[in-house]
Amino acid sequence: MRLLLPSLTALLLVSTAQAQDLTAEVAHSWTSGGEAAAVKVISDAFTARGGTWVDWSVAGFESANAAYISRLLAGDPPTAKTAVAGPEVTELIAQGLMNDIDTAFHAAVPDGVVPQVVLDAITMDGKVYMAPTGMHAGSWMFYSMPVFEKAGITEAPTSWDEFFAAMDKIKAAGLVPIAWGGQSWQEGIVFHAVVLSTIGAEAFTKLYKDSDLSVIDTPEFAEAVNVFGRMRDYVDAGAPGRNWNDATAMVIRDEAGVQLLSDFIKGEFTTAGETPGIDYGCALTPSTDSLIFLADAFTFPKTGNADEDKAQALLAEAVLDPRVQADFSALKGSLPIRTDVDTSGLDACAQTAIELVKQDKIVPDAAMTLSPAINGGFKDAVGAFFADPAMTSEAFIEQYKAAFANG
Amino acid sequence: MVDQSGARTTASPPGRSKVTGRLRLPVAAMAALTPAWLIILLVYLGTTVWTVQISLTKSRMLPSSEFAGLSQYQRLFGTARWSNSIENVLTFGVVYVLGAMVVGLLLAIAIDRRVRFESAWRTMFLYPYALSFIVTGLMWQWLMNPEIGIQATARAAGLGWFTFDWTTRSDMAIYAVALAGIWQSAGLVMVLMLAGLRGIDADLWRATRIEGIPMWRTYLTIVLPQLGPSVATAFMLLTMGAVRTFDLVVALTNGGPGQSTEVPAKFIMDSLFARQDLGLATAGATVMLFTVMAVTIPILYARDIWTRRQNGRL
Repeated sequence: MRLLLPSLTALLLVSTAQAQDLTAEVAHSWTSGGEAAAVKVISDAFTARGGTWVDWSVAGFESANAAYISRLLAGDPPTAKTAVAGPEVTELIAQGLMNDIDTAFHAAVPDGVVPQVVLDAITMDGKVYMAPTGMHAGSWMFYSMPVFEKAGITEAPTSWDEFFAAMDKIKAAGLVPIAWGGQSWQEGIVFHAVVLSTIGAEAFTKLYKDSDLSVIDTPEFAEAVNVFGRMRDYVDAGAPGRNWNDATAMVIRDEAGVQLLSDFIKGEFTTAGETPGIDYGCALTPSTDSLIFLADAFTFPKTGNADEDKAQALLAEAVLDPRVQADFSALKGSLPIRTDVDTSGLDACAQTAIELVKQDKIVPDAAMTLSPAINGGFKDAVGAFFADPAMTSEAFIEQYKAAFANG
Repeated sequence: MVDQSGARTTASPPGRSKVTGRLRLPVAAMAALTPAWLIILLVYLGTTVWTVQISLTKSRMLPSSEFAGLSQYQRLFGTARWSNSIENVLTFGVVYVLGAMVVGLLLAIAIDRRVRFESAWRTMFLYPYALSFIVTGLMWQWLMNPEIGIQATARAAGLGWFTFDWTTRSDMAIYAVALAGIWQSAGLVMVLMLAGLRGIDADLWRATRIEGIPMWRTYLTIVLPQLGPSVATAFMLLTMGAVRTFDLVVALTNGGPGQSTEVPAKFIMDSLFARQDLGLATAGATVMLFTVMAVTIPILYARDIWTRRQNGRL
């Protein structure tokens, strides 16, 4: 292996040198219908600028990452790789494995159009290292208009009391109140949305960004655990293990009232031919005024090849282009990270979100601020708590705290 | 086993002691085995050593060489999911191994009674073993889903009292996994046991019939003790399978509800890939390796003694 690697790398260097100057091998795992169409927006923009796009797509986020890390360690990384703008990238930056794109970023993006929290997430030691493609927002509630009508609910609930009153009405109407995807990663998203609603944006950031564990001991956090636990009474027997899209299908078929999750489920409604405001509605999780966002970004490993450095800068420029940002997000179902792009093509739900982004009412998801190991620990605790009504809040909170220590 | 040792005895020339005969190996055979040995040394042992070594470092997302003592193991045993996984795999292992052995033995005995269409039955019972655990898991996931599976069918047929919702209950889900596992592996046990049963002298049956010993007692006290090597082989295969269980759980429950069907192998895979935590994953893998060794080495040793005793060598 040792002997093979340098010769392989040499071979690759020779072949890239012989090819066109601005060739970028791009690693990503956006392979499903809408995602692939969204990636094409970027590759077209890159090609139009004189670059040559070589696709290295691996289906499945985890296998893509594993393949990428082994290439990175072998000294043969691709030109660019998509990632969640968070610790998995900052660790590589800290190891000196990544190129910054500070110059290209500031040339493409005027000051003040990218929200400060996003800027913080992509910057390290004063330099921008990532080119964000867009962001997904958690803390959403999607609901079926016909179910609400049948149960006699006139408006989307805005507090947890209203929420549970509405769920009781749906239950009385003989339908499933919450379309629940009983997998711990989905339950984790719901729990964090509930946490945000009870502790507020400031404490949320304090806890998940600064790891200030004292927040967990506040009565507001205990209230979140309480609200989350109450949801057990409003899910059906088939909930454990259910996939998110199967849960969405229950809302689409008007068998269930609401689904609490991120905005990526919107694609299911669109594919099923549903119209927002008529067939389904969207609102923020009750008593919430902020979005939990998760930014995807292109990252740029050090390749030791000056041509590839240029290709990286060109790719960053293409990704950050306002037109590309708008078109990409329309297809991917995300939100542009620039506030100065034309978003009239996006749907009503996205418009609500964009207003919040403009007002800086966004907080970073824990996946952007804490390691995958800590986030995994959260999911374990949340999943165990929801599945076991006998588990006390105290035991849950203890396990949740342990995630910080063991992560 | 019997065949092998028999061949060994005939291979050694008469008059020479067995020990020297065993040591003298043909050069050609050694040369032919060299690539296999190299693969075992470099790939298996090499990666095993690497795994153990990484588990003693500070490695997280990237491998690091900074020595950290047993701190990864401390983290591992401080993680609630790991202790849950161990409890689960123990419950699963006991139910699965015993269940598959008992069901497999009963099937073998049933077939050994010279039933009609014997080969058809044998094929039918062995077929599940040809499936991958993913297929088994997915199939049972549907069958045991209370909304669409057996429960829904029974209730639609008018049996309103019928309940079969193990996969959705934290306290029963691990037994659902064991049930699917037994369904899959009982056929293998059956074949192993059947081979053993067929090796039993027909005179023995005649003798017990003349003595008037009931059939069940003959099986329990006379036949079963003679099946020693078959039982040991089946037990070891099943136990190793139980410790490694991963795909069955992923397809059937994906560890849920909550953590009620999480198993160590899944913990390791999740730590390695989803959580990018090399240190924790390798620490878990090392613990598993030593557990498997602790189980298999005594069994292999016992089986060896048993076989040699049978052949009159001990």
